[in-house]
Amino acid sequence: MNGVHDMGGMHGMGPIQREENEPVFHARWEARVMALNLAMAAWRKWNIDASRHEIELIPPAEYLRMSYYEKWFARLVELAAKTGLVTRAELESGKPAPGSVKATPALAAENVPKLLANGTLASRAIPRTPRFQVGQQVRARNMHPAGHTRLPRYARGKQGTVDRHHGVFVFPDTNALFLGEKPQHVYSVRFAARELWGDQASPRDAVYLDMWDDYLEPA
Amino acid sequence: MSSSGHGHDHDHDHQEVPSDLTLRVKALESLLVDKGLVDRAALDALIDTYEHKVGPRNGARVVARAWVNAAYKKHLLEDATSAIAEFGFSGRQGEHMVALENTPKVHNLVVCTLCSCYPWPVLGLPPVWYKSAPYRSRAVIDPRGVLREFGLELPEDVEVRVWDSTAELRYLVLPERPAGSEKLSEDELAALVTRDAMVGVAKVTLPQPGARS
Repeated sequence: MNGVHDMGGMHGMGPIQREENEPVFHARWEARVMALNLAMAAWRKWNIDASRHEIELIPPAEYLRMSYYEKWFARLVELAAKTGLVTRAELESGKPAPGSVKATPALAAENVPKLLANGTLASRAIPRTPRFQVGQQVRARNMHPAGHTRLPRYARGKQGTVDRHHGVFVFPDTNALFLGEKPQHVYSVRFAARELWGDQASPRDAVYLDMWDDYLEPA
Repeated sequence: MSSSGHGHDHDHDHQEVPSDLTLRVKALESLLVDKGLVDRAALDALIDTYEHKVGPRNGARVVARAWVNAAYKKHLLEDATSAIAEFGFSGRQGEHMVALENTPKVHNLVVCTLCSCYPWPVLGLPPVWYKSAPYRSRAVIDPRGVLREFGLELPEDVEVRVWDSTAELRYLVLPERPAGSEKLSEDELAALVTRDAMVGVAKVTLPQPGARS
């Protein structure tokens, strides 16, 4: 979707504000929100693409106002409700519905190290010949899906060179909408800064984007 | 509590956190605990991991090893996931790692313009500036200006490569080893390596002579 989250190249966002000796969390609620998101994701009712898309669905003015973990909180509430792990009535009352069955088993503390160390592989061991070769000229498709995509607006329609081949990965555009993994090749594509931004950019510089096969066409 | 995180009514300045968020998060946590969906001990373990166990010191050890051991550096540049796993660093948000070598002629900078993808196993959770609109919007269109704000002025003959983390690949910058560090041990080198250098917004420098460390 052409949302405000797709920020690459936007102006007017102001200077970068850094903090010396920044703590990992600025308040305890931030830490709890991070942990709640990870623990609830362990039920596997959604995937990382759906989870990113949920944040993109936050209305633009809200998205810009909210802090990072505030967005994570909003995302968790929505995903838990949409997937039926909790009901809207339970979220209103703060109490489990009378007679509701207790879920089991929740992620246990002793399983946390393994959960984090294993992660979730997005690659798929599917033998398939890549459509594009390293060194080949490609063009990012001019596409504007209303759902989730990882093809930023600033690269659409632009020409680049395949720099490396990463292998076969789950396709976020379909996976985010629970329409299947549609595994396909991912390439790192090098775009000259001037191709993206015109003469104001340095002639030497480049931006590399990881691109799924469906985002590309031969140039 | 509100049934939705969206659309609630607040009148606050940009990025200011509503004062009731502490209460709303507590209410949600209680509900999820009561429903059996989360275990508080697991939440504590998750927080402890990212507050105390996983952070940029992990990445610094990888970088220092690559500086002192040519075979390890080769392994890191060819298969970063496997090289990094030698330290026991792996998993969530670092399942597919790529290392990018800075040289006198190439400077790499990492961003995620679409969200805030970041290599957790080697750098921990990202700082606020990395997740902020100014960094995400500007790193791709004005990388040299961004680097200048971080105090790094690069000559025109250095090629700047910006890596926008659009997929599940996670990028770790291998900074240049500072001149004059030849006699330092691997551990001493690791102590010099900063988070910012591994994102690509800074270089690694030696402490100034006479400065207290």
